[in-house]
Amino acid sequence: MENWSLVSICVLFGLTARWAVSLNSYSGAGKPPMFGDYEAQRHWQEVTYNLPVHEWYFNTTDNNLNYWGLDYPPLTAYHSLLCAHVAKLINPDWVELHASRGHESYGHKLFMRATVLVADLLIYIPAVVLYSFYLSEGSNKKKVCTVLCILLYPGLILIDYGHFQYNSISLGLALWGVVVLGLGWDVLGSLAFVLSLNYKQMELYHSLPFFCYLLGKCFKQGLAGRGLFLLVKIAVTVLVTFALCWLPFLSDPGQILQVVHRLFPVGRGLFEDKVANTWCSLNVLIKIKTILSTDTQLYFSLTTTLLAILPSSIKLLMKPTLWQFKLALVNSSLAFFLFSFQVHEKSILLPAFMLPLFLKDGLLVPYVVTSLAFLFFSIYLLSAFEHCSEDKLRLGPYRRLLICMPRMDLGRVTKWKFYFSITAMAGLSFMSVALAPPDQLPDLFPLLVSVFSYLHFLGLLLYFNIVQIAEPLQSVRKNQKKSN
Amino acid sequence: MCYLYVELQSVISIPPRLIHRGQASVYDTGCVMATPRADDWSWFPALALGVSFLKCILINAYHSTDFEVHRNWLAITHSLPVSKWYHENTSEWTLDYPPLFAWFEYSLSHVAQHFDKEMLVVQNLIYTSPATILFQRLSVIVTDIVFIYAVKECCRSVREEKGSKDLLGHPFFILAALLLWNFGLLIVDHIHFQYNGFLFGILLLSVARHLQGRHLEGALLFTVLLNLKHIYLYIAPAYGIFLLRSYCFTKDNTDGSVRWSSFSPVRLVALGSIVISVGALSFGPFIAMGQLPQVLSRLFPFKRGLCHAYWAPNVWALYNMVDKALSVIWCRPRGARGFLRCLVVCALGSFMFGWHVHEKAILMAILPFSILAVESREDAGIFLMLTTTGHYSLFPLLFTAAELPIKVLLMLLFTLYSFTSLKKLFRGSLLNPLETTYLLGLVAVEILCEVVYPLSPWQHTLPFVPLLVTSVYCSLGVSYSFIRLYVSLLRQHGTDKHKQL
Repeated sequence: MENWSLVSICVLFGLTARWAVSLNSYSGAGKPPMFGDYEAQRHWQEVTYNLPVHEWYFNTTDNNLNYWGLDYPPLTAYHSLLCAHVAKLINPDWVELHASRGHESYGHKLFMRATVLVADLLIYIPAVVLYSFYLSEGSNKKKVCTVLCILLYPGLILIDYGHFQYNSISLGLALWGVVVLGLGWDVLGSLAFVLSLNYKQMELYHSLPFFCYLLGKCFKQGLAGRGLFLLVKIAVTVLVTFALCWLPFLSDPGQILQVVHRLFPVGRGLFEDKVANTWCSLNVLIKIKTILSTDTQLYFSLTTTLLAILPSSIKLLMKPTLWQFKLALVNSSLAFFLFSFQVHEKSILLPAFMLPLFLKDGLLVPYVVTSLAFLFFSIYLLSAFEHCSEDKLRLGPYRRLLICMPRMDLGRVTKWKFYFSITAMAGLSFMSVALAPPDQLPDLFPLLVSVFSYLHFLGLLLYFNIVQIAEPLQSVRKNQKKSN
Repeated sequence: MCYLYVELQSVISIPPRLIHRGQASVYDTGCVMATPRADDWSWFPALALGVSFLKCILINAYHSTDFEVHRNWLAITHSLPVSKWYHENTSEWTLDYPPLFAWFEYSLSHVAQHFDKEMLVVQNLIYTSPATILFQRLSVIVTDIVFIYAVKECCRSVREEKGSKDLLGHPFFILAALLLWNFGLLIVDHIHFQYNGFLFGILLLSVARHLQGRHLEGALLFTVLLNLKHIYLYIAPAYGIFLLRSYCFTKDNTDGSVRWSSFSPVRLVALGSIVISVGALSFGPFIAMGQLPQVLSRLFPFKRGLCHAYWAPNVWALYNMVDKALSVIWCRPRGARGFLRCLVVCALGSFMFGWHVHEKAILMAILPFSILAVESREDAGIFLMLTTTGHYSLFPLLFTAAELPIKVLLMLLFTLYSFTSLKKLFRGSLLNPLETTYLLGLVAVEILCEVVYPLSPWQHTLPFVPLLVTSVYCSLGVSYSFIRLYVSLLRQHGTDKHKQL
């Protein structure tokens, strides 16, 4: 069968799975007075439609920042405004100032879910298809399987279509950036990424790799000639895009400061809730939150984040290839997630650890089904287990590190570790749902899930860093397939 | 973080190298869907699991009154003694399927009590707790295992051309996909709510057994099916004549006509005993209690004033079927495949001419026809017409706004797949321009009925117009398919006669 029909079938299937999940409940459904993320998005439509721009990020009589105040960059606000205009055409009650607070209805839910689907269809899904076909390796069949597996990724489906958010827009734009950079169009790639960053500040996690990759490319082309020209082009693009996005706020420095203040709430402390990062896990042993002051916490986390990201960034600067870029993206986002300040659990979008969140939202069944489907199809279609040898997993550097244990087949160790992890995750999930925690430790299960996930993420961070750094600066071997 | 997963895959990138797979050496491209071994059926569980996952996430979709019907039957069979099953009428949805189905609901109810005991109380009308919904939906998904097994058996019976083919181009793969992922079945069973997967599984298994030459098993399965849902009476003539002609008469004359001397009374008795014993198992207790008239009145409801109008077309339809079946299967049987073709014609004929036919009955023609569609070019063309119009006619079943994207997406998915896979299999276009235009017209009808009309001023005064337009438009396609199918049946009969001369 031709590629286009196979890809269309995968896309249709992905869309069906998404909409089927969206039939379920959303964050904060039927839970006054604050409700949840769904109400937050609806409220932003109300605010952006009814109030003038200079009031969006400020505390005024009409805009109470304590009730889901805007805390994403301006592009989110513009998107909400666009949705609000559509909403007004269908049913003005949905965005009525003040009166529409806590509005929940069948029609409104359909509208909100539809906005997510449209955004996904226009931005994220085309990026996934292009990425699989132009930037991944293998036969056409393998590329189609890649499309299917990425589209079935449960984390994104459950967060965007269950809990309710618009991550597909920011992730999609960032993915466009990667695709376009991979095709060699550096200026457009930086444009896409800047747009992504201006949609959700969480994309800062990916900013350093983009920066280092582009800067590295400029260095390689020589700062005296073409490199400088490229650098100037990119810099101008970035600045102009930022300016255009922040245009309404540029007239008053106070506006800019307030927006930044809303985007980076440094007053809120090192973490909230149970997050699978270093600080939360460390807190189990040492109560950091109480020992250090908020300012110290801030500097401490900033330093550790930068330290964690440094090796990967430097390597990318020295060798700006696409492969290094991809690795750096992984490393950077992991490092940021694990070490930075005020990280929310949604920043990671990985299934096992999202369990407590989905339990709260009543999304247990979709969570179980999509996770199982994803695991099964990834393993089956992409033959993960067949390629579990030392060579393929690039465990060479590990072998050199572990010279004391020469007889182990690291490939098999990895495979068994994977089985163990899956079993443990299943066990934890089951316990979280079926058992009641002991009275002295009411947060036992969410905490166990976080710590367990944290250890995995730390392991992944180490693995990817080693893989990235161990790669030689010049790819000399003729026999090895050039992976670019 | 999606990148994490994607990068994991990029890291596990495989340089091409020679590996041995089965008898042939192939380059491993890192994808399991490369050239498979001849007996490598690993793709089948993947297809089945995939559709099962899809069914699971549809658990919280809209369900129709049929949901309450089955909940009521669970309650009746669990809470009341057998003697009251066919007399109970607290709810308007009285038990009107044959006794074997009642026993099926009875066994389900034993599992149901562990989910939510309240659903088994007869007085709890329209009881829809989350546990009830979960149980009922899961029961449909789990009983679909019969359907999955039947599909596997049908795939094994499909004729295959030799020559190495890419997996996706094999007839048995296409058949499996067309059956397992059938749009109509998904919509009717897993959203609207019914147990058709389970029932059609038994039907397809019976057909598969006949294709494999295991006729007694096929007969047994069909008798069981009849005792589960009596609507299959419409295709009983095809079975009856076929078994009598091809099984009880063991040999044919050289020209294909019946050799009376080869009649085997043993086989006839074997068949008869199967039918009688299954019937006894099913109706036995009720005959013993003297409740047979009551049961029959539930199964074939006579309504005052509707007596003639209800029965006459039915009887006429049945007579029609017997006549057709007799003429074709009796005179020139062409083995199990001829029987299958006749079965499809009977089913479609009953859909066309029967009284009080539900649009879901189109599935009785579409599903068995899939087997013929992957074996012959002409059948594939008729199949595409029938399937597309038949499935579209099911759209009004799901009238809620939330399910609109699902039905559109699934319809597009199935239609796209059926067209592209069959086109590839038979190498070329299967429909003429007129047919293609007609099918494209379905898109216009859909937009008209679901988007344009509701926004127009006539929505309130003439709300039935979209339904009318859908029915009339689809009836053209279905009738056309029926005529073509009937003609193909007669033409085969004609070719035999011609050969004989």
